Amino acid sequence: MSASGILVIAEFDGARPLAASAECLGLARRLVGSSGGMVTALAIGAGAEPGPKLIAAGADRVLHANGGDPAEYDSEHWTACAAYAAGMVRPRLILASHNSRGADLAPRLAFRLQGAVAMGCVAVELAGGKVTATRPCYGGNAREVVAIEAAPAVVTLRNGCAEALAGEDARPGEIAALDFTPPPRRVRVVGRHRDSGEDVRLEDARVVVAGGRGVDGPEGFAVLRNLAQTLGGAVGASRVPCDLGWCPHSMQIGLTGKTVTPDLYFAVGISGAGHHLAGCGGARSIVAINTDAGAPIFRHAHFGVIGDFRQIIPELTRVIANVQRTDAA
Amino acid sequence: MHIVVCVKQIPNPEIAASQFRVDEQAKKVVPLPGTAMVMSPFDEQALEAALRLRDNGMAARITVMTLGPEGARATLKHGLAMGADDAVLIADAGLDSGNGYTTARVLAMAIRKLGAPDLILAGRQAADWDAGVVGCGIAEMLDLPVITFARSVEVKDGIVRVERVVENGFDVVEAPLPAVVTVSNELGKPRTPSLRETMRASRKPVTAWAAADIGIDAAQLAQDRARRTLERLFIPIEDARCEFIAGDTPRAQAENLVQRMREARVL
Repeated sequence: MSASGILVIAEFDGARPLAASAECLGLARRLVGSSGGMVTALAIGAGAEPGPKLIAAGADRVLHANGGDPAEYDSEHWTACAAYAAGMVRPRLILASHNSRGADLAPRLAFRLQGAVAMGCVAVELAGGKVTATRPCYGGNAREVVAIEAAPAVVTLRNGCAEALAGEDARPGEIAALDFTPPPRRVRVVGRHRDSGEDVRLEDARVVVAGGRGVDGPEGFAVLRNLAQTLGGAVGASRVPCDLGWCPHSMQIGLTGKTVTPDLYFAVGISGAGHHLAGCGGARSIVAINTDAGAPIFRHAHFGVIGDFRQIIPELTRVIANVQRTDAA
Repeated sequence: MHIVVCVKQIPNPEIAASQFRVDEQAKKVVPLPGTAMVMSPFDEQALEAALRLRDNGMAARITVMTLGPEGARATLKHGLAMGADDAVLIADAGLDSGNGYTTARVLAMAIRKLGAPDLILAGRQAADWDAGVVGCGIAEMLDLPVITFARSVEVKDGIVRVERVVENGFDVVEAPLPAVVTVSNELGKPRTPSLRETMRASRKPVTAWAAADIGIDAAQLAQDRARRTLERLFIPIEDARCEFIAGDTPRAQAENLVQRMREARVL
């Protein structure tokens, strides 16, 4: 039997599939539309409960495996379970979202299954039995298109690079338990530390106000936070402020940080290195505020303001608040 | 304790995007005159993690290892200057134009030849192709436990304890040695060697191995090479046309920006 169809590794927040997993399922649905084959979703540790949601999001079949908390990643367990599921399903393509789980799972799976992997992709095609994937490389300065002949191809997909289905509740599908026994454990997660604060759902925010080196210190982020709060958005950062300790690493947007696709993105004091743009280039509108008119960010922005953010952002916050009051009245 | 740090020599990743060129025909990055070849920053941080273990009192021999051209010797010398004890260069024309699979296989076999190191460290990804597969690949090939994206690495009583970076914080993960750990930029700044250390490193020997020395099978390598191939390399086109907002004062700029954003229905 030759490999066909797509296996999607689903992830959850509680019992709810992540938006990124719905995007993987939406992409899988589109790809099998022309290549044929089934879309199978693997729900590790989730039980049968999220099955209908995964089917509505595009799966033909949901395999759920016992063990562990579905919201908490365990590399050894997930790799062994996904490899076991892939052995049964024999997919041509395995899709996972590109985050700290997918970027750990995908290469391990590819080596274990004698396949090949493409990480952090922005586009994937499956035609004539060949998988091609487009991904940023060279610090976001270039894109490569890789062809994967080996089966399975394992691909991690960046947030916002595929459309989730509208969620047709009436789609038919099958839900089955995967009879999987985890291997003896070598690696143990002994603690999980999570940042608290309003910025933790950066990936879901419709408005993101991000600061870079030009924000000049932790105080600058307080100025950005006021604007973000006025717009109901979240605050992010490029890599430099995180590495300098001005803000937590969980706020980092870019090639090695988070990928965000908000409707509106403010890039404040951010020069616009490829590394950063790989994480925010998918925003619908980018507004850049920078003192340097020659900053590369202006080549990617839709609106540009040249000036000092310390003066412009408070004015902008005030004007927007005024407009909101007028609109509400 | 023996620690092996896998490093890669790459063109300086800090060059400005405006200077960056690719040859689409050759599917290669055009080397800029004067661009220095450096150790990939994530690999520098992997070496830094090893050096910190030794700084904290652990008796450790640290080997830096690279697969690359003869010129990659300079990157190993940099590793020696930072504080590594010995260096291995795997250079062989037969190993050129590889991918993550050939690289992982070659490094895994070279690590086997070194004996049984206790800890293998690598950067989370190389800052040229940003593929991020080799560390996990070595672990899978040697059937070792792996922990990815470390921001700190400690070893105690035969157990490696890693703070692993996740989206909104970190996990604390433990594995018995021998194990593989990939290191992320959250580890912090690697040390800069002094002139004296650089001078001393220039006299330290580098062990050079060819494919035959580590028992690489050419047929297997060809198979690995075919698993994933590069079809196209290009620079993405920037389609945004930036509209600069005028205004004599910050307030006028803010008002004009809001007006234009509302007209464009982005606010």
